[in-house]
Amino acid sequence: MVSKVVLSLSNLHVKFKTLSGTVNAVRGISYDLYEGETLALVGESGSGKSVSTKAITKVLPQNATISGDSIIYQGEDLLKKGDSKMNKIRGSEIAMIFQDPMTSLNPILPVGFQIAEPIIEHQHLSKEKAKEKAIKLMERVGIVKAEERYSQYPHQFSGGMRQRVMIALAVACHPHIMIADEPTTALDVTIQAQIIELLKELNKEFNMSTIFITHDMGVVANIADRIAVMYAGKIVEFGTANEIFFNPKHPYTWGLLMAVPDVNIKDQDLYTIPGMPPNLLHVPKGDPFAFRNKYALNIDLEKEPPMFKVSDTHYAATWLLDEKAPKVEPPKEILDRWKYFENHIENMQKKS
Amino acid sequence: MGTPIIQVKNLQKFYNAGKLSEVRAIDDVSFDVFQGETFGIAGESGSGKTTTGKLIMKLEDITGGSIEFLGKNIHEIKSRKETLQFRKNIQMIFQDPFASLNPRLTIKEIIGGPLELHHMVSSKKERDKRVGELLEEVGLSANFAERYPTEFSGGQCQRIDIARAIALKPKIIIADEAISALDVSIQAQIVNLMRKLKREVGLTYIFIAHDLSMVKYISDRIAVMNRGKVLELGDSETLYRHPLHPYTKSLLSAVPIANPITEKNRKRIIYNPDQHQYKDNDECGLFEIGDKHYVYCSKQEIEGYKRQLNNELTKS
Repeated sequence: MVSKVVLSLSNLHVKFKTLSGTVNAVRGISYDLYEGETLALVGESGSGKSVSTKAITKVLPQNATISGDSIIYQGEDLLKKGDSKMNKIRGSEIAMIFQDPMTSLNPILPVGFQIAEPIIEHQHLSKEKAKEKAIKLMERVGIVKAEERYSQYPHQFSGGMRQRVMIALAVACHPHIMIADEPTTALDVTIQAQIIELLKELNKEFNMSTIFITHDMGVVANIADRIAVMYAGKIVEFGTANEIFFNPKHPYTWGLLMAVPDVNIKDQDLYTIPGMPPNLLHVPKGDPFAFRNKYALNIDLEKEPPMFKVSDTHYAATWLLDEKAPKVEPPKEILDRWKYFENHIENMQKKS
Repeated sequence: MGTPIIQVKNLQKFYNAGKLSEVRAIDDVSFDVFQGETFGIAGESGSGKTTTGKLIMKLEDITGGSIEFLGKNIHEIKSRKETLQFRKNIQMIFQDPFASLNPRLTIKEIIGGPLELHHMVSSKKERDKRVGELLEEVGLSANFAERYPTEFSGGQCQRIDIARAIALKPKIIIADEAISALDVSIQAQIVNLMRKLKREVGLTYIFIAHDLSMVKYISDRIAVMNRGKVLELGDSETLYRHPLHPYTKSLLSAVPIANPITEKNRKRIIYNPDQHQYKDNDECGLFEIGDKHYVYCSKQEIEGYKRQLNNELTKS
């Protein structure tokens, strides 16, 4: 990829001090976000997807400590920035939208004013100009009779419309980066499809980079250029959408993909990942996935696997990729995916 | 197909009936649920799917029509004895497992309470033993019984909720979005558990959800609801392969599939309810188009749908 890097995380850690001890929620994640791309973070609850992105804009509760090497945005390290400097970046250059728009919008202020506020604050436009711009944005995100609805309150909007308001608010200052944390999880499928289409259009229009958090593999397949699979506070596999879906190397990714019901299968139990994610108060020794993984090797109980390179764009943290590891036979469904990848995708990818 | 366990006939539920603010949540809905099957109800918010579940549970009064449970009209049940008997046979699992378990009761009290109420156990000791068995049946450890709901994860709470629901050996369980709030891998665990119980105990399910791919996977038959009406009803395989009603097509086209290649070429079909243009004197209803495949339409539309289905069947 020749695109420009807009955000670069390097060895990010987040810890929470709680009454029962320190929770290691994010345990060293690194990635580059390219201009205009959509990077999806997937994984179970508690894998650190949300926390790691909230650390970028530093909107975590007070008992959290963020550490690590650096978060480079436009040549500057966000880790070293104080609150007032972060305020200039939050909402204007890096915007966020969340799962539940009702809790992100102020219930006692008209929605139009809430969209105009960041425009006045960050772009220093007059009230009238900001209002004009807010109405244009509302129209752009598909709110009909925008002028009339400008002065209405959040409770007068449906869930899908509220999420549109949130999106208008997020793109109001033409951010470089949009962090979307499960923005469609609470919505109906048809509304979800509309919101995803809108996000994709805006992505192109404003040349934004998006970090998209979700646990729905269907949504990921639709929106992602690249995918990071997270488990127990770390990225365990990283690759292009095609690589993750058709050439997955980490047994955890296998499990995630196979737990989704195949529309052609009936009368057969779904594949499940046994057990639960580890408690990050006490991170187990070795690979935290080992005790749920039937492909675990002895070394998994001793030493956490490093990232192994699969291709220039594809990495996975599993000892199975070590040259000394025994050859294991993945489940048939995964083998079929590998075959499809070999025959249809690999060459296509090499050519481009 | 066996005997119907639930028969819903011309069911209506209007809120604020007769007033300007009247909402027709359920408007003339009829279907049968057969012994041992999983009956899926799919639809978006406001389609009336949850209200249908609540009315079958007799949690609310109906405006018109009837619901029969094993041949008995449930809204004619008045005496306490009969009500207890009815409630014992029909149980519900909800979306949010944290909200449906009382945080101040131990798991033992939550699962054991109904057992005592229905005199299914004669002593505390027997109750505790039964609770332990139930916990193990849903894949949890028997020593969880002394703990409180807050100590468990969402998936575990949903298992506890299922243990509570099956404690009374009901004939039918209504699962309203029972897995939507859970992670994908946990969803799969709960779905497998529900399937296991169906096999072993012979349960009947009404599975209510907006996620058509899960509904399709788990259900034998599916009813698609929109604006208080059932628009299409049929065998889940047929409905998925050959949807006829434009709303079903639109709903199916919006379901994201976990495959980046098909997703790139996906075309969404948009449904506009005005496209039907029914006139006042049109006789509309659910008509059988294919074998046990029903579509809501006017009498004039029947032939068109039949032709459409025939075309599709010859193609495939």
